[in-house]
Amino acid sequence: MLKEVCWQIGGEQGGGLDSTVEVFNTVASRAGYYVYAYKTFASRIKGGHTDFTTRLSTERVQAPAAGVNLLVTLDQESIDLCARNVYPGAIILADEAINAKLPEGIDAKLLTMPLNKLTLALGNPLMKNNLVLGASAAFLGMPIDGFKTYATTRWGNKGEEFVALIHKSMQEGYDYVVANWPELRLEIEEGDGKERLLMIGNEAAALGALAGGCRTVFSYPITPASEIAESLVKIFPKVGGVAVQMEDELASIVACIGAGFTGARAMTATAGPGISLMQEAMGLAAMTETPVVIVDTQRGGPSTGMPTKQEQSDLMALAYGGHGDSPRIVLAPGSVGELIPMTAEAFNLADNYHCPVLIASDLAIALFQQTVEPEEAKLSSMPQINRGPLANPEELAGLARDVFQRYSKQVNENGVSARSLPGIKNGQFLATGAEHGAFGKVTESAANRVYMMDRRMRRIQNVNTEAVRYFGSENADIVVIGFGTTVGAAKESIAEIEAATGKKAGVLQIRLIYPVPVAQIQAYVKGAKAMVVESNATGQFSFMLKGAGYNPANLYSLLKYDGTLITVEEIRNAAMAVLNGEGQYFVSGGGQGVRKAADPTITLAAQEA
Amino acid sequence: MATMADFRTSEKSWWCPGCGDFGVLAALQKALVELATEPENVALVAGIGCSGKIGNYINSYNLHVVHGRSLPAAQAVKLANRELTVLAAGGDGDGFAIGMGHYMHALRRNVDITYVVMDNQIYGLTKGQTSPTSDGGFHTKSTPNGNIEKSVNQMQLAIASGCGFVANGLSSNQKQLVQIIKQAIQFPGFALVNTYSPCVTFNKVNTYDFYKSELVNVDEDPTYDRHDKFAAMKMLMEHNELVTGIIYEDPNSTRYEDLVKGFKPEGIVNQKWEVDDETWNKVLAQYK
Repeated sequence: MLKEVCWQIGGEQGGGLDSTVEVFNTVASRAGYYVYAYKTFASRIKGGHTDFTTRLSTERVQAPAAGVNLLVTLDQESIDLCARNVYPGAIILADEAINAKLPEGIDAKLLTMPLNKLTLALGNPLMKNNLVLGASAAFLGMPIDGFKTYATTRWGNKGEEFVALIHKSMQEGYDYVVANWPELRLEIEEGDGKERLLMIGNEAAALGALAGGCRTVFSYPITPASEIAESLVKIFPKVGGVAVQMEDELASIVACIGAGFTGARAMTATAGPGISLMQEAMGLAAMTETPVVIVDTQRGGPSTGMPTKQEQSDLMALAYGGHGDSPRIVLAPGSVGELIPMTAEAFNLADNYHCPVLIASDLAIALFQQTVEPEEAKLSSMPQINRGPLANPEELAGLARDVFQRYSKQVNENGVSARSLPGIKNGQFLATGAEHGAFGKVTESAANRVYMMDRRMRRIQNVNTEAVRYFGSENADIVVIGFGTTVGAAKESIAEIEAATGKKAGVLQIRLIYPVPVAQIQAYVKGAKAMVVESNATGQFSFMLKGAGYNPANLYSLLKYDGTLITVEEIRNAAMAVLNGEGQYFVSGGGQGVRKAADPTITLAAQEA
Repeated sequence: MATMADFRTSEKSWWCPGCGDFGVLAALQKALVELATEPENVALVAGIGCSGKIGNYINSYNLHVVHGRSLPAAQAVKLANRELTVLAAGGDGDGFAIGMGHYMHALRRNVDITYVVMDNQIYGLTKGQTSPTSDGGFHTKSTPNGNIEKSVNQMQLAIASGCGFVANGLSSNQKQLVQIIKQAIQFPGFALVNTYSPCVTFNKVNTYDFYKSELVNVDEDPTYDRHDKFAAMKMLMEHNELVTGIIYEDPNSTRYEDLVKGFKPEGIVNQKWEVDDETWNKVLAQYK
């Protein structure tokens, strides 16, 4: 019996694979397995290769699997591209009609099944996917009833006849495998049957926004962020909110500032190109001290880059982008489940620190399904709505006009003063991106400029949030530092590093990217070697750490920027090299393993000079 | 009841003496007084440029945004709190050059705000360059040999893009401008109030006297039907947009807000934001 299996399906984009995979993942989750599902896809609608991989396990999994146990292929291209990733002895199931050939040197059993013929007999081309599901269930020893039950609820609205056809197709696929390969089984231990949630990060962000009191969303479609607004536009009619598809990202962010100025909780969601366009207005939010929340689902950049590929290369833009000096808070989730309370919290931070709060999600968190424990999504465990310093309407009513100072020197411990909202009598003020005095009116006085600049920057010196989370052994020899999608692989690498080296390893998850929580990072790393793992080419977080005063001599790094996810194996190999004293900076990807590199955060500048 | 004094501020103006924007500001304040609006219930979003400084001189809730983006902010202010009177204001460069993309979409979206444009057909604050509404052949610092581009026809554009209230005023004709702004604010949907607001420093062609001699006033024409879209387009085309009055009004305008599913009459800011268990569980159910 296996604790986990990895199932992969490859075919042509637009051929219904999305819903096949959705069924497989949902049924697996309902059977009580933990699911981590990822995919390769291109920026096109129809045609081109796509593959979906689902790792299901009786324990929590949050990283790509080291190999595939069961590969289902609907075309030869999928075999050529995916067969190299199978575990030795894996099963590759192909349609008899494609005359499948296994590339040389692959240790796997290629089995063919008359999928086309059976589909024709069933009379509906869509049934090929259900045959495949039934066959997969048989190989994995999963009860076919779970698939049938889900099909009934999922397609019940299409009529009994259609559902019956789906059931028949699933059963035929199942029976074919049982009859032809009775001995071949990848039996996985039974799931615990516990009810868990399965969602993508963009759905988690939408849930967090709902719980966090966000009722206005202004955004522009972009991969891989669109599902955030798409989820909220479905949810909002239940709670009176509004999600507007704006004409561009310039409008989206300024609209959020308008809603934030009015007192509502506003959010926009975008990816790298949108972040570039929003920079000017982020300065406006900082200057006017207006709360705003921005989710950035990072993808391969710069420019159009690789819109459907993983990267974590917007950190500099999120923390320091735009002209002038301005405060921001940048958070990063370490899992899909974590994104729910983190997004809700982002609104509290924005309302309390009166500056933009950005969530650095990334493509793999944004779009890949992960199991979410019910506890992570409990409404009662979400942060309570805390609207931060607000002027008291009764108090203001008792004053005359021109008494209330929006940018008053009477600030709280965060350096923030109460704001008034439109509708509050005697609270009128000017919120302007131009430098201004206490009432918001424009002034260019030198003394006022110094006060105002210090006032704005001071607020992020001490951001009250859970900045880091530590996992693994105490007194570790090596601490892997990561954020976003990378955290899952880093956590799974701990045991492998320890087994391979005999040394102790830990993972420090960075939840607060900016301001860089350097003191806390130092406190956790202590004398260990700190290895930053990030999906970008210039070591952006390492650069930020160095800028925040972290000792560069004790900073090791592993970078990957080929668009694929960092794996457990890569982190283990880099950690072994670091512990063996083989080098300080490593890269991986692009068809090559972990290899030594120069420090990109320094050498780029040095080479110029 | 608020008075004119209640809508004024003590700020000394940065506008040049004689600037058309003084007249637009005064008409706006008068219209707000006559509509019995209170300063705290008015939100004014302004863009960048001379006219964008208007927020310094009117006592209301003022948001002064980045160049060209008053409309996205103003629409959002209204959606966040539809109990407010929401105004957007700016110049011809702010609205029809850098902000043109937002203008087109605000027109067709039809959120219930009033957009007051102070059109002087020149860039004033940057000291005299051509603007998208400058006439062909117009000599400026950036067009020393005369403007070789055609001018934007913002009022025809508005009608073509589905705007339900298109009006134009002259900053020195206070009586008409006050009436126009009042009706624009009362209009259920996006209302465009273009104004010719002369730049006395940099535009020596499109002066008060120029407009007084050239403008055709549809409000003085009893045969003019402001509900007739085709007549409005013809009028604007025939007179090169040198027309004042309420040029077009759609009697059947439906606000964006009224079409949003589940949207409430109470401002979002005044609602309770906590989610109840039933709603939360219903939403979560789709991920099980």
